[in-house]
Amino acid sequence: MTTVLTEPAVGVDRARAARGRRPRPPRDWRGWQFAGPFAVVFVLVFIAPLAYALWLSLFQTRMIGGTVFVGFDNYATALGDAQFWDGFSRVFVFLLVQVPIMLLLALVAALAIDSARLYASGLFRLVIFLPYAVPAVVAVLMWGFIYGDNFGLAADLNDLFGTDVIRPFAPEWILGSIGNIVTWEFVGYNMLIFYSALKTVPYELYEAAEIDGASGFQVLKAVKLPAVRGAVVIATIFSIIGSFQLFNEPNVIAPLAANVITSDYTPNMYAYNLSFAGQQYNYAATIAIIMGLITAVIAYAVQLRGTRREDR
Amino acid sequence: MRTINPKVHRRPHSITHPRKSIALTLIMILFLAYALVPLLWLVINANKTQTELFTVSGLAPGGSFALFDNIVATFTYRDGIFGRWLGNTLLYVVAGAGGATFLATLAGYGLAKYAMPGRRAYFAVVLGAIAVPGTALAVPTFLLFSRLGLTDTPWAIIIPSLISPFGLYLIWVYTLESVPKELLEAARIDGASEMRIFFTIAIRLLAPGIVTVALFAIVATWNNYFLPLIMLRDPDWYPLTVGLNQWSAQASGVGAEPIYHLVLAGSVITIVPIIAVFILLQRFWQSGLSTGSVKG
Repeated sequence: MTTVLTEPAVGVDRARAARGRRPRPPRDWRGWQFAGPFAVVFVLVFIAPLAYALWLSLFQTRMIGGTVFVGFDNYATALGDAQFWDGFSRVFVFLLVQVPIMLLLALVAALAIDSARLYASGLFRLVIFLPYAVPAVVAVLMWGFIYGDNFGLAADLNDLFGTDVIRPFAPEWILGSIGNIVTWEFVGYNMLIFYSALKTVPYELYEAAEIDGASGFQVLKAVKLPAVRGAVVIATIFSIIGSFQLFNEPNVIAPLAANVITSDYTPNMYAYNLSFAGQQYNYAATIAIIMGLITAVIAYAVQLRGTRREDR
Repeated sequence: MRTINPKVHRRPHSITHPRKSIALTLIMILFLAYALVPLLWLVINANKTQTELFTVSGLAPGGSFALFDNIVATFTYRDGIFGRWLGNTLLYVVAGAGGATFLATLAGYGLAKYAMPGRRAYFAVVLGAIAVPGTALAVPTFLLFSRLGLTDTPWAIIIPSLISPFGLYLIWVYTLESVPKELLEAARIDGASEMRIFFTIAIRLLAPGIVTVALFAIVATWNNYFLPLIMLRDPDWYPLTVGLNQWSAQASGVGAEPIYHLVLAGSVITIVPIIAVFILLQRFWQSGLSTGSVKG
């Protein structure tokens, strides 16, 4: 008791002594009147749900006995859950194929627009970016109709060539069909990120390269590609996060492609269906946390690798 | 320099002034077609009657000019529920994206200009949040909000839309670059309060950055699908995205009642405003984004 009472007093004395010797400006709390409101809402919509998810994942609701604490049982179940890993490997394949194609296309487009060799480059920049503004639901409905047998372009093309080769909804093609929609939506957005990075190259650098007699290819390799490296790392991280979260596209296309998209098609659809069709909230929270962790680890690894390359 | 030596200027393979390339332009026209053909398909088919959809092939125009009729039908179907969805979407955009822009601007500015206690931790946590998959939070957010009695109300959509970590980051960068310390010091000497300085001086300098943040917040809320899907049961509170998907889903299953022409016309109505906003404000977001990439 006495220590509790005396210690602050000693602290105050010390602080006073310190201030007497070396006057220090008082702590500046004014910034919080600006940063405070954001922080309050942030805690409500980010921190609290995250903490709640962690809490939920440690419990199970049983038919008999109600909600009981089970430690890491849900995590053990998830790690051995074939449905979860099935969806996970699907988004992983998606990530390995779709993301490189999309980013490469975006980079080519950005370099072309930045090259000053295009006629009407501003028009290209604007129009290629526009699909980003189209809501995912509309993009998927639109592409879904185009893919469809009823009045889609796929059916027209098949009629034209007298075949039935183009079947975007076939089980072996559907992931590619979804990949095409995602590429269409985001290639322009990534192009713009790369283009903005290219714009930061000082004009004098190009003049210097010109005086040195560098070829266009050399400029590309020595000036332009290093300039976009940071942007490529950022775009890759965002694309990884997007791929692991894949939900809107398969969910909206599911009714159009009958019986091809299962309820556990992606981990996110699995978590959604577990909670809203199955009422298994605790297990759904566990799946969400595991996916969040995997995403964070991979995103972090990409960032480390990206920055290490930059140092070289 | 260039005027002194016109030879450099005229050199055909100059790096700073390259020749226009028709081949490269043609390749880029493929990109352009990829972006535009689906939208073109949408507009052409929104102009067909439901029968024509099945009889006239894809990109060929239908015999009649049905777009106007389709739009009227879209707004009158089921007592005009589509108009209600449009109004809801506007409400979510104004309150959600507007609030997100305001909070991100205030906080980004505060973090850039004041060395308050906890600043580094604040910044680290918010930037870390960019990497947290939004949908990983959706289920717990739903459960939390349902305990608070907020589900099935507009608040369930508006409150989570209020946070834009990317927006905060962008304003932080923008403040460091375009709000000089001397200007703030001068205003302080004149006796202006910190809030007054922000609202009368800083906010004007930050305008292009604020427009950029607002645009991306508008797109995010206008296009939001997952959050309203889980938060709302009552169709009266649906935004356009969830409503359109419900219309589309009604073409299959038991008691199917296909309304493809309304889905297509509704899609056109959904994308026209957001594309118009982007085209009108392109000067702002293009310059705003390049500022973000300087530090990024």
